[in-house]
Amino acid sequence: MKLTFPHVLLAGLMVSTLSAAPAIGAETVKIGYIDPLSGAFANVGEAGLKQFQFVADDINKRKLAGDVKFEIVPFDNKVSPKESLNVLKNVIDQGIRIITQGNSSGVAGVLIDAINKHNERNPDKSILYLNYAAVDPDFTNSKCSFWHFRFDANSDMKMEAFTNYIAKDPKIKRVYLINQDYSFGHAVARAAKEYLARKRPDIKIVGDDLHPIGKVKDFAPYVAKIKASGADIVISGNWGNDIALLIKAAKDAGLEAPFYTYYGGGIGAMTAMGDAAEGKVKQITEWHANIHPNKTEKFANAFNAKYGGPPANISFYYLRVNNEMYMLANAIKEAKSTDPKAIALKLEGMKYEADTGEVEMRATDHQLIQPLYISTVAKAYHNPKDPKTAKFKGTDPEVKYDQEDSGYGFKTDARIEAYVTAQPTSCQMKRP
Amino acid sequence: MEFFLISMLNSVSYGLLLFMLSSGLTIIFSMMGVLNFAHASFYMLGAYFAYQISGWIGFWPALAIAPLLVGMVGMAVERYGLRTVHKYGHVAELLFTFGLAYLIEEAVHLIWGRSQVPYAVPPSLEGAAFTLFSTDYPIYRVFMMAVSVSMLIGIYLTLTRSRIGLVIQAALTHPQTVETLGHNVPRVFMMVFGGGSALAGLAGVIGGNAFVTEPGMAAAVGPIVFVVVVVGGMGSLAGAFLASLLIGIIQTFSVALDYSIVDLLAKLGITIGPDAPLAVVWNLTISQTGPVLPYLLMVLMLIFRPKGIMGTREG
Amino acid sequence: MNKLKYRPLNLGRWLVWGGTALVMIVLPLIFTSGFTLTLMSQIGVGIIFALSYNMLLGQGGMLSFGHAVYSGLGAYFTVHALNLITDGAFYFPVTLTPLIGGVAGAVFGVIFGYVTTKKSGTTFAMISLGIAELVAACSLMFSDFFGGEAGVSTNRVIGKAFLGITYGPSIQVYYLIVGWALICMMAMFAWTQTPLGRMANAVRDNPERAEFVGYDTHMVRFLTLVLAGFFAGIAGGLSCINYEIVTAENVGAYASAGVLIATFIGGAGFFFGPIIGIIVFFTMVTAVGGITQAWLFYLGLLFLLIVLYAPGGFASLIMMHVPVIKARLMRRLWLPYAATLATGMILLTGLISVVEMTYRFSTEAGTNPNMTLFGFAFKVTEGVPWAIAAGLLVGGFIVSRFAWNAVGRAWGDIIHILQEREAAA
Repeated sequence: MKLTFPHVLLAGLMVSTLSAAPAIGAETVKIGYIDPLSGAFANVGEAGLKQFQFVADDINKRKLAGDVKFEIVPFDNKVSPKESLNVLKNVIDQGIRIITQGNSSGVAGVLIDAINKHNERNPDKSILYLNYAAVDPDFTNSKCSFWHFRFDANSDMKMEAFTNYIAKDPKIKRVYLINQDYSFGHAVARAAKEYLARKRPDIKIVGDDLHPIGKVKDFAPYVAKIKASGADIVISGNWGNDIALLIKAAKDAGLEAPFYTYYGGGIGAMTAMGDAAEGKVKQITEWHANIHPNKTEKFANAFNAKYGGPPANISFYYLRVNNEMYMLANAIKEAKSTDPKAIALKLEGMKYEADTGEVEMRATDHQLIQPLYISTVAKAYHNPKDPKTAKFKGTDPEVKYDQEDSGYGFKTDARIEAYVTAQPTSCQMKRP
Repeated sequence: MEFFLISMLNSVSYGLLLFMLSSGLTIIFSMMGVLNFAHASFYMLGAYFAYQISGWIGFWPALAIAPLLVGMVGMAVERYGLRTVHKYGHVAELLFTFGLAYLIEEAVHLIWGRSQVPYAVPPSLEGAAFTLFSTDYPIYRVFMMAVSVSMLIGIYLTLTRSRIGLVIQAALTHPQTVETLGHNVPRVFMMVFGGGSALAGLAGVIGGNAFVTEPGMAAAVGPIVFVVVVVGGMGSLAGAFLASLLIGIIQTFSVALDYSIVDLLAKLGITIGPDAPLAVVWNLTISQTGPVLPYLLMVLMLIFRPKGIMGTREG
Repeated sequence: MNKLKYRPLNLGRWLVWGGTALVMIVLPLIFTSGFTLTLMSQIGVGIIFALSYNMLLGQGGMLSFGHAVYSGLGAYFTVHALNLITDGAFYFPVTLTPLIGGVAGAVFGVIFGYVTTKKSGTTFAMISLGIAELVAACSLMFSDFFGGEAGVSTNRVIGKAFLGITYGPSIQVYYLIVGWALICMMAMFAWTQTPLGRMANAVRDNPERAEFVGYDTHMVRFLTLVLAGFFAGIAGGLSCINYEIVTAENVGAYASAGVLIATFIGGAGFFFGPIIGIIVFFTMVTAVGGITQAWLFYLGLLFLLIVLYAPGGFASLIMMHVPVIKARLMRRLWLPYAATLATGMILLTGLISVVEMTYRFSTEAGTNPNMTLFGFAFKVTEGVPWAIAAGLLVGGFIVSRFAWNAVGRAWGDIIHILQEREAAA
């Protein structure tokens, strides 16, 4: 154990559950999970951590990475970019060479920057960064890095999928945009306007609202405005309470227009929206519990059986976490090495048969190209023969599972194939 | 016309909820001089208690019990916390409640977890109360307004007509005299603090399911409640009422105004190009800034009229 | 606040300053891990920030909820300056760039300060909160200057190495921070001895009387705030060099709340109080935060206990022993202190156990009930560990009350003796 100042202070006080020993054996690969584990967004970070641990256990049990075992080491970054840098130094100190992070593009940008600098200054101690949820398109365009791999579709790809779907519906003539006033919200609004103008020039953007993030308590005035504009649909990149409050206000005012959202099914959102979301909220994801065919069903059920109960009510959500970990295992097996550079070279261009079809880690920009699903909130199916569905009220057998024990699940509207979502990239990757 | 009427109703109902939140804070401040930073935390506790109780015995009992419980928590805080720091002055009291807000949030994390809880509007209050042109107006908002107004009347009657109200008013200005007359002034203060907390709790009971019940809800409404109290005039109940409505109206109607300074100047025949210095500022629309306008109002108010709308004293 | 007196330790002042400098310089040679260096760099920047905050709270009696506005804006101006220097727009040595932050902080101090310092007390607290909310909201709205969510990043390595100093390795940045911290500490200490510093004390303690004597209390507060803004800006500039990035959280409410909590825990009444506070604060955030989820709870509890029972902070707890040591009466305290320590440890063990077990229970009772605490492995769903933890908590509380009362009695005796001696003299 390395002697560090705070540990000396605390040694007598607490038995540390964290060992600071730099241990990277041939057997165990530690993966630093950097996400919020305390404070306001801790529930999101906690849900992600559980999924990583669950899939790591699966890989270890089935020896998918050969003799190498995975261990997920959680680090709390309090969703603060600065704190993430401190955490990164801690990770490096502990000899951990692979990190994964997802919440907040702000944090992701800082990490990419810091890892580039670190790897340049210490080529023999390079760090690999696997991004499972930060969707700023820049990370695989202007800011792309050899050390960064993104397993989620970026926000432009999701918008491409949404607008493809919207363009096919001739009844949609008027579109309203409402987003949070920061870089991600701006990116969503910009992409929506650009892509709709290209695919359906007849569609009119009847509103383009940007509101401060997390500051609006009452969305009723926005809903009144949407209503007055006569919009057919609303597109929103809002997340957290900003989406839940918006949907609730829309229901109260009897607004009929459906909401095309990025995070309408995000962690905690279903609980907060309750029945206000039914039939009205659409989301775009790489997976949801009621896709058909659903090869992940057994895995998700096993996960939910373990973590689904109260109080946390975590539902399996990120198929991309599985993709990330399985692909990492494959890369290690193929490279016969746990060195980040060797792994990265194998991950580049890797094709993988995921549960939803073939996915590819595009070598030019390290963006995973994968099929996406557009789905709508619906009542989960009440199967008279299955006592587990006793409190469900739906009649559509396709909606087999609910989310977060809310009684509501998602029903697929469309599957968007991987090649459709692929976007050209401006990335000029510097390889070591 | 439809938009105007609906927005007017929205602003009044939002303003009334703000008033429910701020009335407790105002009463505590005017009686005890304590600016309670943890006031919004009592609002949050009210929502969580109501969620828990309504899961057991239903919404209507929760409407009565939850605020009482919050009031008891408030009394305990006054008795075992505030009374101890009282001798160090108002700043220490402010700091105490500041720390308390942190602790309550962590306690909520501990007990109810870090996610939202499914605290829903009871079925009997769901649906539309009436339809104005084509927009539904929900029953629950009408219910919120009714509770808020009856609370306002209740406070007014208690303070002016009841015996305890008179004692409270007397204890405020002449604590020693009241004490000599045989009243227990510390206990009066404790009850005032408990009462104020209970009002916040009541706001939580009916605000928690109208919006979202989650551990961040206290931090989200906290600053805005301060704005109401400061703009209305520290310690003035009538001022808080006016300020709540004013802020409700500002926030609701500013959303509708997609105009920026550039548009305004364009009407006057002056054009500002996108390359002009500080172009971002001039292009900002009022609707974008809507939710921060209250803070601007507060700063301006403190600069030009520190007493607030109806306040009688400064600071 | 007015109960606390400032008494400079004239004896060995040089020793104290020299010792501080020595400790700051030598520490990284002992603790060599990068993580510790990060923590110490944070503490170095934090010391400047907290001391500048204490110019307001401790010396000027102004409770601010928005001090991060000045450090944050200072940091933003520094980061833009660094980027301009990199582009070759003008030349300025990196070593001195914190000054740019300082000037920016002072300028915003002038802009915001003139109106906010008209009143002290609650009005000042509220208006500082309002301004902090405004600036924080603007930081997300004007992404050209504030860089939006991603912030503005920079590279501190500019141009050729000067005497081998590039500021690439973090140890060089640490010594840059130490250098600035020492200069700022001395400057702020010197300020407390100037007429303005003394007037700030007077205005804090009795503004009416200060006004009668002929001083403009508004002006005194205003100048104090501008100076505090200047030093906060330097802290912001250093943090920008340290992290090579500035984001909206630099001006946010958490940064403002953090410095308030740290300063108060350390003790606003003494010059060195905030230094202790910052060390405790960052240890809580970084080290305790690395071990347990409940760090925020412990920090909040510590803050509340300080507010309730030791409003002078750690500094006052230390300083109240100085006369006792001088009077050679410490021996009366050792026994009660030892008893308090022993019983307090029981109480603390019980408290930590209950809190940690509750956290574990509430997050993963059903999935992972196994936990290890103080070397004991057990299941959080069993009754026995709970009974033991609760027993430690309650038992510790009861026995520590006895010890605490003994401390109180010993102190009563000491004060009595001191008073008698004073009367005799």
